[in-house]
Amino acid sequence: MRPFKHIMAGVVMGFAMTLTAAPVAAETPANMLVIANRIDDITTLDPAESFEFAGSDVSRNLYGKLVNFDPMNLSAGYGPDLAESWTVSEDGKTITFTMREGVKFQSGNPVRAEDAAWSLQRAVILNKTPSFILTQFGFTAENAMDMIRAEGNTVSITTDQRYATSFVLNCLTATIGGIVDKELVMANEVDGDMGNTWLKTNSAGSGAYSLVSWKPNDSVTLKSNPDFYLGAPAMERVIVRHVQESSTQRLMLERGDIDVARNLNPDDVAGISGADGVAVDSELRGRLMYISLNQKHPVLSKPEVKEAIKYLVDYEGMQNSFLKGQYVIHQNFLPATYLGAVGENPFSLNIEKAKALLASAGVEGLEIEVGVREAQERIEIAQSLQNTFAQAGIKLNITVGTAKQILGRYRARELDMYMGAWGPDYPDPHTNAGTFAYNPVNTDEAKATGLLAWRNAWGTDGLTEKVAAAVIEGDRNVRAQMYADIQAEFRQVAPFAVLFQKIEQTGRADNVANMNLGGAITAVSYWPITK
Amino acid sequence: MAMAEKNGQGRRRSPFSSPALRLTLKTIGSILITMLGLAFVTFVIGRVMPIDPVLSIVGEQASKSTYDDAYAALGLDKPIIVQFFIYIWDVLHGDFGVSLLNARPVAEDIKRVFPATLELATLGTIMGVTLGIPLGVIAAVKRGTWIDQLARVVALVGYSMPIFWLGLMGLLVFYGILGWVGGPGRVGIFYVDMVPTVTGMILIDSALDGNWEIFKNALSHIILPASILGYYSMAYISRMTRSFMLEQMSAEYITTARVKGLPERTVIWRHAFKNIRVQLITVIALSYANLLEGSVLTEIIFSWPGIGQYITTALLSADMNAVLGGTIVVGLIFVLLNIFSDLLYRVFDPRAK
Repeated sequence: MRPFKHIMAGVVMGFAMTLTAAPVAAETPANMLVIANRIDDITTLDPAESFEFAGSDVSRNLYGKLVNFDPMNLSAGYGPDLAESWTVSEDGKTITFTMREGVKFQSGNPVRAEDAAWSLQRAVILNKTPSFILTQFGFTAENAMDMIRAEGNTVSITTDQRYATSFVLNCLTATIGGIVDKELVMANEVDGDMGNTWLKTNSAGSGAYSLVSWKPNDSVTLKSNPDFYLGAPAMERVIVRHVQESSTQRLMLERGDIDVARNLNPDDVAGISGADGVAVDSELRGRLMYISLNQKHPVLSKPEVKEAIKYLVDYEGMQNSFLKGQYVIHQNFLPATYLGAVGENPFSLNIEKAKALLASAGVEGLEIEVGVREAQERIEIAQSLQNTFAQAGIKLNITVGTAKQILGRYRARELDMYMGAWGPDYPDPHTNAGTFAYNPVNTDEAKATGLLAWRNAWGTDGLTEKVAAAVIEGDRNVRAQMYADIQAEFRQVAPFAVLFQKIEQTGRADNVANMNLGGAITAVSYWPITK
Repeated sequence: MAMAEKNGQGRRRSPFSSPALRLTLKTIGSILITMLGLAFVTFVIGRVMPIDPVLSIVGEQASKSTYDDAYAALGLDKPIIVQFFIYIWDVLHGDFGVSLLNARPVAEDIKRVFPATLELATLGTIMGVTLGIPLGVIAAVKRGTWIDQLARVVALVGYSMPIFWLGLMGLLVFYGILGWVGGPGRVGIFYVDMVPTVTGMILIDSALDGNWEIFKNALSHIILPASILGYYSMAYISRMTRSFMLEQMSAEYITTARVKGLPERTVIWRHAFKNIRVQLITVIALSYANLLEGSVLTEIIFSWPGIGQYITTALLSADMNAVLGGTIVVGLIFVLLNIFSDLLYRVFDPRAK
């Protein structure tokens, strides 16, 4: 048995040496920010193409824009960034930006008006997924060079018609508005791709940070820009590590191996609440949960039925149970903190009122199908609806499926009812107004699958014109009031019941200050953070 | 040769008449057919499964024209069989395509993630073999005693315990509470990218670089996930070893050896164990292959960027180029391990020569 004893002794010694040599509780360095987050949705870091949450987080810290949000004062709305000022022409179609002097890209090249114009032209010409944010102003690959022009130290943007200035400027704060270093990017152009392939995995910005590495499903590493025009960031290095599991993120936070945990579930949030050295922040995000009714359905299109269904949702019950801390009741299509957002939530569970409305519409024994994508919280909401609908005599059949299955039928206007989520594409009210309450051609042939109103075969009862008017209103306050009015009408007549707005709960070491995720309107900013 | 001369035919022997060459050709043929079949099945499943690769790329909000453009750009408007042959043609030219999601060449991604899994699975298998074989032998030799019962319980627990739970508990106790091991990830945050990549396996690369601080840190990170995989592997190997040994121990030649007065140690290791080596090779190879492709949950819990997690993420996002590339690599490893165990058969079993 001697060989066996030798082997066992070796194994035991090996374990003992490893375990005794292992590090004890760590603390991240004072000039480094370490974040655990799910970053497997990043597909590219080119600002002309990036359109995912984790990608937007990275991009916001790499690239300056003509106008931007101040992370320490998000409610102020957009303000100067690489453009220090702007003027609007009398006809309201041309905005001329004056560039800030003395700002440099991280390559050392100066940030010129030519870079700014080229970045926007490039985004239009490349025509990637988020390009609609710019092309909705009438820009095309053919006219981009004429409509977006650099002259000396100014950049002028001419739209195809008059739009609200706030609409145009809000759109320029989106990821696609990132200004790239033309010389550096074009030096890496391959086969006329305007540097798209290279920029997917590299950075060429003037922002607070530059990209050190992006390893898909693993990590993103950023290093600070000491010449950042707002001052060198306190965090010299930011590492975002992909950690899928909430419980793992919690353990790492408690051990001090990370400073911020971005994806804690309610159990883990409850677990660390009150723990020494750890704090939990809650921030409203832009994602909305909603249900919608197909207006091709002969019963669901009745006004009384639409209203009844809004009274058959147990908003409070869900908010205080399985959605606790994750969602808050919100019954309007503009997320709180958006221009024109309102806080009225007039509906609550009222079975008797719903029954009366159904009876007045002559509805009895209604049976409908709801399509739900296979996500736990959505399925739980659908089950709650099934329960409350049943109390009013409506049989709700839940069909759970993948995005392809459910969205395919939703886009083909085949579902009776849809239960899902919607996230704004850019920080302007038109992003949601233009899909929930806008549908100029309500025919099957129009195939406007990008519009939620069209997917539900809803002609919008006159709201389309009001949305079109709001998007060209020049006065910001008047415009905000117009959206408030549209939403008031929408709540009553639309075949949509907006239910909840997302809350993101973040665990952080309590020495991390000025952490701002960007609220509902933008992404996270690392440069103000201190420890 | 003798036969040819005897028959006086005087013809030159066919180059395919050499047994070694025939075996080699047969092996290569079998690899090619297996890989082609695997690629075909994976390809077809990928195309018929209810996940939409176009939606993954363009997003839920995209207009119909954007959707249609992406659909055509992916070649999805062509018949499946045409798509398959285009893919195989590219693979034969060393091109696994580009990941639909991160736009990087799949071959580069696999080169990055596979060494992470290889390192983890190899260490896990070494632990499994080192502990599993002696445990199985002892259990068989001490059959029916408390040692046997204990070994069986240990093996049963390892075999039946959900690896997900085991991983989380391991992290909680050894990392969260005791702080004996490093946390999730392959190496501490501060050491990321500090060792030049040679093999992609951090333990080896840091040793080659002579950077023992990083080696120690990497070891503290890998020890827990590797132990969990090792425990799983040990459970399987010890059960099989026990079963093989019991069969041998009841054979007549063992009785004869004992009657001849040979020491018990010689009877066990030189006679009984020697005869189960061939079977054990298959068991170990299978266990190793399982750890190489089946450690997804461990990789997720420990944020280990390996091939299991890579394929799973790709599958959930309908990134079929990545799924196919990963599947082909894992399939190839399975086939190669089988061939390797066949070769070892020939070394250890005279009848197979």
